[in-house]
Amino acid sequence: MNVKMQTQHLSAWYGSKKAIEDVTMDIEEHAVTAIIGPSGCGKSTLIRCLDRMHEILPKTRVEGKVLLDGEDIYEQPAVAVRRKVGMVFQKPNPFPTMTIYDNVAAGLKLGGIRDPDELDGRVIRSLKQAVLWDEVQDGTGKSGMSLSGGQQQRLCIARALAVEPEVLLMDEPCSALDPIATAKIEDLIFDLKKDYTVVIVTHNMQQAARVADWTAFMYLGKLIEFGRTRELFEHPREELTEKYITGRFG
Amino acid sequence: MRALRAVTARRRARSHGRAHAGATPGDVLFQSLSAAAAFGLLLLLALVTLILLLGAGPSIQTFGFSFFTGAVWNPPAHPPEVYGAVPFVYGTLVTAGLALLLGVPVSLGIAIFLSELAPPWLRVPLTYVIELLAAIPSVVFGLWGVFVLAPVMRDSVEPAVQSVFGFLPIFSGTPVGTDVFTAGVILAIMIIPTISAISREAFLAVPQTQREAALAIGATHWETTRMAVLTYARSGILGAVILGLGRAVSETMAVTMLIGNRNAIFGSLFDQGQTIASWIANNFTEAGPLETSALIELGLVLMLVAVLVTVVARLFLTRVLRVLEVTE
Repeated sequence: MNVKMQTQHLSAWYGSKKAIEDVTMDIEEHAVTAIIGPSGCGKSTLIRCLDRMHEILPKTRVEGKVLLDGEDIYEQPAVAVRRKVGMVFQKPNPFPTMTIYDNVAAGLKLGGIRDPDELDGRVIRSLKQAVLWDEVQDGTGKSGMSLSGGQQQRLCIARALAVEPEVLLMDEPCSALDPIATAKIEDLIFDLKKDYTVVIVTHNMQQAARVADWTAFMYLGKLIEFGRTRELFEHPREELTEKYITGRFG
Repeated sequence: MRALRAVTARRRARSHGRAHAGATPGDVLFQSLSAAAAFGLLLLLALVTLILLLGAGPSIQTFGFSFFTGAVWNPPAHPPEVYGAVPFVYGTLVTAGLALLLGVPVSLGIAIFLSELAPPWLRVPLTYVIELLAAIPSVVFGLWGVFVLAPVMRDSVEPAVQSVFGFLPIFSGTPVGTDVFTAGVILAIMIIPTISAISREAFLAVPQTQREAALAIGATHWETTRMAVLTYARSGILGAVILGLGRAVSETMAVTMLIGNRNAIFGSLFDQGQTIASWIANNFTEAGPLETSALIELGLVLMLVAVLVTVVARLFLTRVLRVLEVTE
């Protein structure tokens, strides 16, 4: 296994409430890793620790290490980390005052790219990667809000991809979408792992089974089991995992 | 489950019906009294407008549209008696514009600090202080302006501005302290609480997911504020600015005490001038019949401008709220 990211004894708090405890796991390069578990198990907190998004809320705290290519991201500037580790959120959150084009170009402009040809090229490539280009190529000047929910989420994926991150984190990216839009995003995730390392949080076990190479099962802030998706679903080592994936709790 | 629903439905029907059907005499009395108070307010507004119109009648009949193009204010002592509004409208626009120019950036800075930067323990007390500033009576601002601000403006600020920008005609002349520039500064101070409080509300209404969206593509704190917060809240900011403009246009006491009171179209901000409000306040006690009528017409103009500004501000602010509901 070619390790892209690694958490070492990672714990995170909201105020005095411990949300995740002593999580150590590897994230394989060019693979999809899913994090599953019941509501409140800390899976969103875990993924938000991977791009230092946990710390933007007041009174939060992180202990332990998160390595990206062997280096601790908590010893690098957060802004630089987030350009290498992109994130897509639960609810599509395009910038409502910007056009489709400007939404995708937003991160590029922050990075200092001003050349219109280069911007054009990278915006189009990102929209193609997010499988949105065919649907918007005649109207990238329209507001991002004019798109459907599923299209908005793919726009947000394009926006994240435009800055060319190495890792893409997705925090329940389909939870606000209908089944057809969900299927499109799942296909997309499958394609993305050729170029990116993908980590996805999902409350939908079937989704994890469909898209992920590796699956982590979390419960009450602890990493209960981590392994090849197929193995974890077919031969869980832990009783808790078995109970969860057979639907006996959660 | 169904039984429970039926019970609550019946209960709701009963409590709903009480207001209309089984009302006691006390209820009826209370309802009519509060309705009377509400409609009385509408009546009052209509009456004020009517009285102003009637009072302005002689002036409107005598001068017609030339009231809005004339720059002369000649009371009966210096015939021919003629009144024009231009210098006052001009003075009002310039001081209000200056107030916005100086006050808006400061207000936005305060609002950004309160909603994006200040540590949580500092936010609440600071917000109260800002609101307290709005509660200071206008005449107190005027007193402070006359005894503190005006000397400082005369001795330090205005000479300093002049030494840098003196080549511009708007900064020419001898700084005197009680002038258009000082009036603009005091207005700016007075509108800061309004604009910063409402902008802060607009910033707080920006969903956290918008800030996260900007952070996730590598935006710094400032870039996040600019990209996700300021742009998202822009109609709220506009509403806040227009409300501030409304206050700057109609503010009377402090401006009257500081603007120097001269009926002329000034070229330099260091000249003395007049606004509609200050001119009315300075002249109504000694005005003859036609002059009174002309002052009332000025008042009518001011009221219409203030009402218009308020309505426009409300439109912007309600649009903000509607946008929020859609995206939430």
